[in-house]
Amino acid sequence: MAFGPFLLLAVLEGLVSAAVLALMALGLSLVFGVMRVVNVAHGQFFMLGAVVAWFVAQAVPGATLGWIAALVVAPLVVAGVAALADRLVLKRLGYEPEATIVATIGLLYIFQQAALSLFGPDARPVEAPFVWRIQLPWFGYSGYKLFVVLAAIVILLGVWRLMTHSRAGLVMRATQVDRDTAQAFGINVDRVYALTFALGAGLAAVAAVLIVPISQAHYLMGGDPLLLSFIVVIIGGLGSLRGTVVAALVIGLSDGIISMFFSPTLAKIIATLLVAAVLVWRPQGLFGARA
Amino acid sequence: MTKTLIGLTPSRRAVLGGIGAGLLSTVAAPYVARAQGAGIKLGFQLHRTGIGASYGRWYERTAQAALARINEGGGIGGRPVEIIFEDDATDPARGAELMDKFVNQHGVDAIFGPLFSHVVIGTAPRAAELKVPYLVCSEGYHVASGMLNRWTLQPGITDVRSQIASMAPWVSGNLGKKVTMIFPDFAFGHDHRDFFTKAMAAQGGEVIAQIAIPPTETSFTRYFPQIPAETEVLYHVMVGPAVLTFVKELGEFYGSGAKPAIFGFIDSLEAVDTASPGLEFLEGTHFWEAHNRVKPADAGEHEAAYRAAVGVDDNGASVSDAADVATYSHMFSTWETLSVIKAGMEAAGYQGPADRQKFVEAVEAMTVMPYSLDFPQGDKTFNGKTHQAFGHQNISQVQGGKLVRVHTTSIEDGLYEDAVDYTTMSF
Repeated sequence: MAFGPFLLLAVLEGLVSAAVLALMALGLSLVFGVMRVVNVAHGQFFMLGAVVAWFVAQAVPGATLGWIAALVVAPLVVAGVAALADRLVLKRLGYEPEATIVATIGLLYIFQQAALSLFGPDARPVEAPFVWRIQLPWFGYSGYKLFVVLAAIVILLGVWRLMTHSRAGLVMRATQVDRDTAQAFGINVDRVYALTFALGAGLAAVAAVLIVPISQAHYLMGGDPLLLSFIVVIIGGLGSLRGTVVAALVIGLSDGIISMFFSPTLAKIIATLLVAAVLVWRPQGLFGARA
Repeated sequence: MTKTLIGLTPSRRAVLGGIGAGLLSTVAAPYVARAQGAGIKLGFQLHRTGIGASYGRWYERTAQAALARINEGGGIGGRPVEIIFEDDATDPARGAELMDKFVNQHGVDAIFGPLFSHVVIGTAPRAAELKVPYLVCSEGYHVASGMLNRWTLQPGITDVRSQIASMAPWVSGNLGKKVTMIFPDFAFGHDHRDFFTKAMAAQGGEVIAQIAIPPTETSFTRYFPQIPAETEVLYHVMVGPAVLTFVKELGEFYGSGAKPAIFGFIDSLEAVDTASPGLEFLEGTHFWEAHNRVKPADAGEHEAAYRAAVGVDDNGASVSDAADVATYSHMFSTWETLSVIKAGMEAAGYQGPADRQKFVEAVEAMTVMPYSLDFPQGDKTFNGKTHQAFGHQNISQVQGGKLVRVHTTSIEDGLYEDAVDYTTMSF
């Protein structure tokens, strides 16, 4: 394949992974920013989103309707599970950083094994809401993948508006800056935490519903995205919305392009080196505020 | 008065002692049962979780069905048989640990069942150290290559080298001479790479590109541009949970444009419905199958009974759930391996773990495995020197979304010179 089309395909693939990564990492970043919780179970919320999407798509007739129903139901269900986990586990630990890491590792295994027991070991497909293949002169490409990129941009803008222009966003930012003062001003910090945790998990679930027609629902699918999300969040700066999006673009595109022209292993090596470099020279991340 | 009351109340120490004894007896129960030596105990190294889980589920069902049949027929040497299933998480380290558990805790007579080659290679040395027969169902060439040991045998499934040797003439004769290979980047995929490349060269063909994909990969479009434009045949073999994504993305990549002939190993589609949305492009392409998923019109006389026993319908899906597609081309190996264990133990006059060596020697002495309900995939020959079985292979074409058998190879097509003589090695 000639260089031009090759590069085009690499960029397209990179954009799709960047879009999904941005949504995932944003959830992780929000949870850390507001709650100071390193959520190791975040990848499992992604997996749960895909699994719930499969169940919903099975129950609703028609590919388009099934997928739309999944897009509505799966994030809500996963957000509900997350809020419950926050109330039952994280709150009782007083949001101690060390304790919450161990607790979320526990949640990771509980969710993963629950999915294995209830959903089974197979990778199961969810049909895309529409079938539209773009036939370029050099290769065919899935129109749905382009839709994923667009949808991710719309959702990211929505979250940005929520954080900057709504009362809920104001309350979340206030809690992020200073938990005690926020509480003194009458903000129900417990509720803010539960909602933030639910929102973070919901974003992972949205990412999963977008990706599940491309790569199937599977109980082990949460591992890789979690690792990449951590890389993105560290590079972008924990808690920074803008940094997360920029870092997701960088990592997603470089992953797409490097793994296509060289090898996927090299792409992972470079991403990891980038993290190391950021941690050494700019520990707060590219856009993070100094702690 | 007070004294009598105290005497009747059990002391704290007595209660603790009682609990301790109770616990001990629960833990010791397996050993006690073993000491009575009633039946034959077999360990099954099962991929219940991890990337082999789709196979594991069907391997367990098939082994259970085979077990029920053997026990109904009087067991092994008149003794009832029990199988202990333990999950290895499709992980070599865990696999090796399980050997100790099987031998020291459960006291099994032999161990069988693993498919994934990295697990087999990681486990076999421990089986030899513990001197326990290890009968693998892994297809890998690592048994016949001489890489493993006297205690490891593969009597229930043909190895990849033999499968490929019998496929290459058909591929070069019917599909094309210039081949690009896509395979998973570990031992099993490397067997494909090495032996198919050689086998094609022997047929006057050529492998023009080899694309290795890491076994945990979830996205494949990025690899497809490496397929050279002059490719006449695309040869694919993929394993793990992402196989459906792999074939779907391959379909998107070629779209309605020109595409090479496609020849795949059914591993790329095991446990996946060939009529899944997005797989329409597979229509007319060919697959290797060891055991035809869709029951052929001219299937052998034992096919129906085998399908009924393992709970699979004529399309290769579970009788209770048409969406639950079997790993049909591989799972027969657990059934047939159990048949071999029965025949071997009865020939050796097997009494207990002290006779494990006699059992291995009895299996090594086997030569012909005739087509029967014991060997429902077809007749096989067994090479005791290389510890490897050789059987017939099939080529199927996707017609109307279903796999239809178009060619069956002879056993001779897949034979190759011996690379090892395990019978000269010490136990």
